[in-house]
Amino acid sequence: MAEIKLCDVNYIYNKGTPYEAHALKNINLTIGEGITGIIGHTGSGKSTMVQLFNGLAKPSSGSVLLDGRDIWEKSERVREARFRAGLVMQYPEYQLFANTVYEDIAFGPRNMGLSEDEVNKRVIDAARFAKVPEGVMNRSPFDLSGGQKRRVALAGVIAMRPEFLILDEPAAGLDPGGRRSILGGIKEFGKASGTSVIVVSHSMEDMASYCDRIIVMASGKIIMDGTPAQVFSRYNELIGVGLDVPQITRVASALAEHGLDIGRDVYTVGYAAGKLSELFDK
Amino acid sequence: MKMDIAFGQYCEGNSILHRLDPRAKLIISIIYIVVLFLAKNVFTFALLTLTTMALVILSGISLRVIAGGLKPILFIALFTAIINIFFFTGDTLLVDLKIVKIYLEGLFNAGLIVLRIVLLIVSTSMFLTYTTTPLALTDGMERLLSPLAKIGVPVHDFSMMMTIALRFIPTLIEETGKIMNAQKARGADFTSGGLIKRARAIIPIIIPLFVSAFRRAGDLATAMECRCYTGGAGRTRMNVLHAKWYDFAFVLAVTALGAAVVLMNIYLPGYTVTM
Repeated sequence: MAEIKLCDVNYIYNKGTPYEAHALKNINLTIGEGITGIIGHTGSGKSTMVQLFNGLAKPSSGSVLLDGRDIWEKSERVREARFRAGLVMQYPEYQLFANTVYEDIAFGPRNMGLSEDEVNKRVIDAARFAKVPEGVMNRSPFDLSGGQKRRVALAGVIAMRPEFLILDEPAAGLDPGGRRSILGGIKEFGKASGTSVIVVSHSMEDMASYCDRIIVMASGKIIMDGTPAQVFSRYNELIGVGLDVPQITRVASALAEHGLDIGRDVYTVGYAAGKLSELFDK
Repeated sequence: MKMDIAFGQYCEGNSILHRLDPRAKLIISIIYIVVLFLAKNVFTFALLTLTTMALVILSGISLRVIAGGLKPILFIALFTAIINIFFFTGDTLLVDLKIVKIYLEGLFNAGLIVLRIVLLIVSTSMFLTYTTTPLALTDGMERLLSPLAKIGVPVHDFSMMMTIALRFIPTLIEETGKIMNAQKARGADFTSGGLIKRARAIIPIIIPLFVSAFRRAGDLATAMECRCYTGGAGRTRMNVLHAKWYDFAFVLAVTALGAAVVLMNIYLPGYTVTM
């Protein structure tokens, strides 16, 4: 099982200038299988951290280990890390460029130097996973709708068959149906292919329903790390760092204040409904 | 992403040079450039070096910043110097290498020409780049050129175009960084390979960049129309430029400097630069 490890990582922007900013402070973290969510306020360092995972950014100090090997050990081999830890940036639809959807998805695998047969296989697989309709493969990516473009961009990274799929706000700007479909698709893909998934988001609802583990960041540090139940039960601390909790957690918290305690670790509507009907039955 | 661009080097400050009206600064810069080219002998160059140094002191901008600004012209300065040293024929032969001969006059000429280039860059950047925001500059330019509108030149439109272009430079640089990162994440390699391979590697950056630039342009046009923008006619300004006494004083002083240089050229001959 693949594993990404950050050891004593610090990241400082514009070091030595008046604009110096300490974005990450002594981060120690290991991420393995399952879906890991990273949440944090704007400027908490989460996007910076994501760029460390695949070597887009080089830590100012400390090391990034992929399966125990420092990805910066040889700078010229950092590209390999990018193929193994596939990053889908925020609003990835703006990076599409090729003449056809097929060509765009094939960009990553071709950069890996694979044979045309293998590229073809991967493109078709990735398109299926990302739910890119077959009929659009030979159309220009610029003719598609916003949601479809995002799927194509997602397929472009999946086609590299990374061991880690890292997504920065994959559902930003989509309508609820689009959100569910893209996040559900990612979860399905992770399970089916055994790929570890890392999702950055600030939508608590999404994180609660899709993640196995949640890491909370605030001003460059990890302040919480645990299952959704563990994290969301620390309601007051989350509010304290300017984050929110899922609406249903707030409802449960308000109920508890009024003497109807269904537990503080409620974070999905289904679970809350179960607990409530238990109470009614009593 | 690190990217140095020549403009947008405005240094915050409140010196007299910062406070000058951008129109005055534009006029002064033009006069100053002309004066620099009128200067012919050592005395005039000495005078202009002094006045330029005075400008630097007045502006309060650190010498390190100014030296940094001179870096890009290092090559041009060096090139002109070498040409002058090796291909200038004078009376006093210093070195004779059969193919090339170096004359004292050549060295002298080279020195003055390099000095002229340096003064040119330093003085104009004192008036324009370092002490004037790009927006103030286009504003000043629009006002200076406004008489041309009478003969049908779309002065306002051009200055609006320039303002918008300047406004979007940082945005597009940021965007380029993001797109480069996105393509790098898919294994794009911009730093290795031959010329053709590298040129091809630019395509995945240029196309998304253009697409987004057009999208932004469309959005901006819509936003401007929503606020009833119809062009220059009848438009009032938030910051109306008012010329102050020191604006006139500066223009007069630089004109006087020009007169002095012309007189010195006539009455103090000798050590003359040829160009």
